[in-house]
Amino acid sequence: METLIKDIGFIIGTTLMYSTPLIFTSLGGVITERSGVVNIGLEGMMYFGAFAGAAAAYFYQDPWIGLAFAGVGGMILGLIHAIACVSFSAEQIVSGIAINFLGPGAALFISRMLFDGATQTLTIPNKMPLPLDFLFGEGNLFPSSGFMDLVFNRFATVYIAFFLVFLVWFVLYRTKVGMRVRAVGENPEAAMTLGISVTRIRYGAVMMSGLFAGLGGAAMSIAVVSRFSNTLISGHGFIALAAMIFGKWKPQGALLACLLFGGAKGLEIFLGSKGVPIPGDILAMLPYILTIVILVGLVGQTTPPGAIGKIFDKSEHS
Amino acid sequence: MTLNREYLKEVFLKGPLGLTVISVVLGFVVGAVVLLIAGFNPIEAYMAILRGIFSKPKYMSYVIIYATPLIMTGLSVAFALRTGLFNIGAEGQFIVGAMVAAMAGYFIHLPMLLHVPVCILLAASAASVWGGLAGYIKARFGVHEVISTIMLNWIALYLSNWSVTLKSFGKQGTGKSYVIQETARVDLFGQWKITEAGIDFIRSHRFWGDILKSPVNVGIIFAIILAFVMWYILNKTTLGYELRAVGYNPHAAEYGGINVNRSIITSMVISGAFAGTAGALQVMGVSHRIAKLAAMEGYGFDGIAVSLIGNNTGIGSVFAGVLFGALKYGGSKIQDAVGAPTEVINIVVGTIILFIAMPKLIRMILQARNKKG
Repeated sequence: METLIKDIGFIIGTTLMYSTPLIFTSLGGVITERSGVVNIGLEGMMYFGAFAGAAAAYFYQDPWIGLAFAGVGGMILGLIHAIACVSFSAEQIVSGIAINFLGPGAALFISRMLFDGATQTLTIPNKMPLPLDFLFGEGNLFPSSGFMDLVFNRFATVYIAFFLVFLVWFVLYRTKVGMRVRAVGENPEAAMTLGISVTRIRYGAVMMSGLFAGLGGAAMSIAVVSRFSNTLISGHGFIALAAMIFGKWKPQGALLACLLFGGAKGLEIFLGSKGVPIPGDILAMLPYILTIVILVGLVGQTTPPGAIGKIFDKSEHS
Repeated sequence: MTLNREYLKEVFLKGPLGLTVISVVLGFVVGAVVLLIAGFNPIEAYMAILRGIFSKPKYMSYVIIYATPLIMTGLSVAFALRTGLFNIGAEGQFIVGAMVAAMAGYFIHLPMLLHVPVCILLAASAASVWGGLAGYIKARFGVHEVISTIMLNWIALYLSNWSVTLKSFGKQGTGKSYVIQETARVDLFGQWKITEAGIDFIRSHRFWGDILKSPVNVGIIFAIILAFVMWYILNKTTLGYELRAVGYNPHAAEYGGINVNRSIITSMVISGAFAGTAGALQVMGVSHRIAKLAAMEGYGFDGIAVSLIGNNTGIGSVFAGVLFGALKYGGSKIQDAVGAPTEVINIVVGTIILFIAMPKLIRMILQARNKKG
């Protein structure tokens, strides 16, 4: 019985750890798409954030500075996407593809410059702290490596991610700015006649999505692992994108979808560690198959924002 | 005469070609600025790329070999795009094609004249299924193909990795499959090269001998034929007309009596076949086996770039594929030549695509110039 509880704790813990980078990035996806701009460049932004975060955390020996660099790095790529999509009516998916070349390209370029020609950073000295660590271990509230320890003794990024889900929900549904973002995403023409600046809202939203994706990358490189490498992100940005759709363009929905994906990953690691006679490569497919199956099950239930992906040209409306 | 020149100028500036050329130039300019900021001499770096492409016949041959799969994945993406679908899954379809070709090349025993087409057909069919699956999920359940194909890419990668762990197919512990049989290879002079006559020839003929030092194969011929096939299907057949109509306006197409759902599936099936053929020929002409993949190799993603730079046409993909192949091969040499990171190529390509995405910006630049002049 005790092992069972511990096993469950282990799975929940790993789920939380692997969901966190996705939650950040997925929230970024919610923000930009709610304003009507598709961003498949999340992957590239996450990639660049993972690098910038790990590199800064290495040089400054401080994970928080790493996190800040990651956010700003992602935001710069977001700015590029915004300039292309909002100011110059770019095809949004094509611009996203460009970001997915630029982000990794820039990350690896700078990595080779800073780390002696290597496409990975050195191991960072200080990972993200475990804020609740004082509760666990000898003589504290909970024993170490018990259920509570496995589930709740997590990196600060995990708690930040959950807090941000609430914050994004609050801003989107309970504030004026959030209402404007949603209005612009549903019907930019109407929003404009009400005096809302479509351009300004969309710039803000796309740059925020870059910021969140950058943080998501760093949550990977300075918390889940302790360095950036060129295969670290490999597709997580795209998965976060899928999670956002599965979550019906809502922050709380995206959270659940990310947890589900992280759960599949947690299960994969757990089964792998128990020596279950299923080949590791087959287990590794699990999260991806699950995503497709779930999206298929959602038939006809997802309604994207009304103006999603549509080019809005202000000059045509004045 | 002047009238004619004016006319050509008009066509160039208004048409897609001018946009592409200007985007490519701007891409290199941005790459140069990046190199300059990083403290490298961009002219030296670009000269190193040019030398890496043109200074030896062997290098040019390598450029073609690099370009071959990219042209075909480019065609795959272009075909889907012309019919209104975004096939991000060329990557996975390529992997499936490579895996099936490696299996068919290893397990099946046939004379060469049959073995080569059988391998290609099996690989293309498997990749068609992979692509068609995404089409079916979209048509039947409304799941956007961008998401489903991305997931299918990863499933393909792990499937391929799993296949090389099988005792009958992979050399245990090496992470590699067994090599395919001679009869399934599309190399040119592969066997002859290692005979005495072949070695003599390579030593005594400077030009052709040097070219033969690279793994020359017939892949590029397939790629060009497929570019023609794509043009033919899209422009000369009823099917192509219907597919394009769906891409242009699905509602109007439906109203006109075209089965939109069937068109989506058909388009993804054909698109998958192109990418699968690319994977098959890569195995049959260059690698002769598959190996465990630590990450995506990027053939499919590069194919997206090729398609976009080539304006989503067959002939455009051929040229863009060669450009991309040259950049990839030549770009791999600037690290040694001037010490600048190879990844500047990704930045150049990304910038090119970014500018291609913004025709409005390019037109504004051109108009501003015209006003001045």
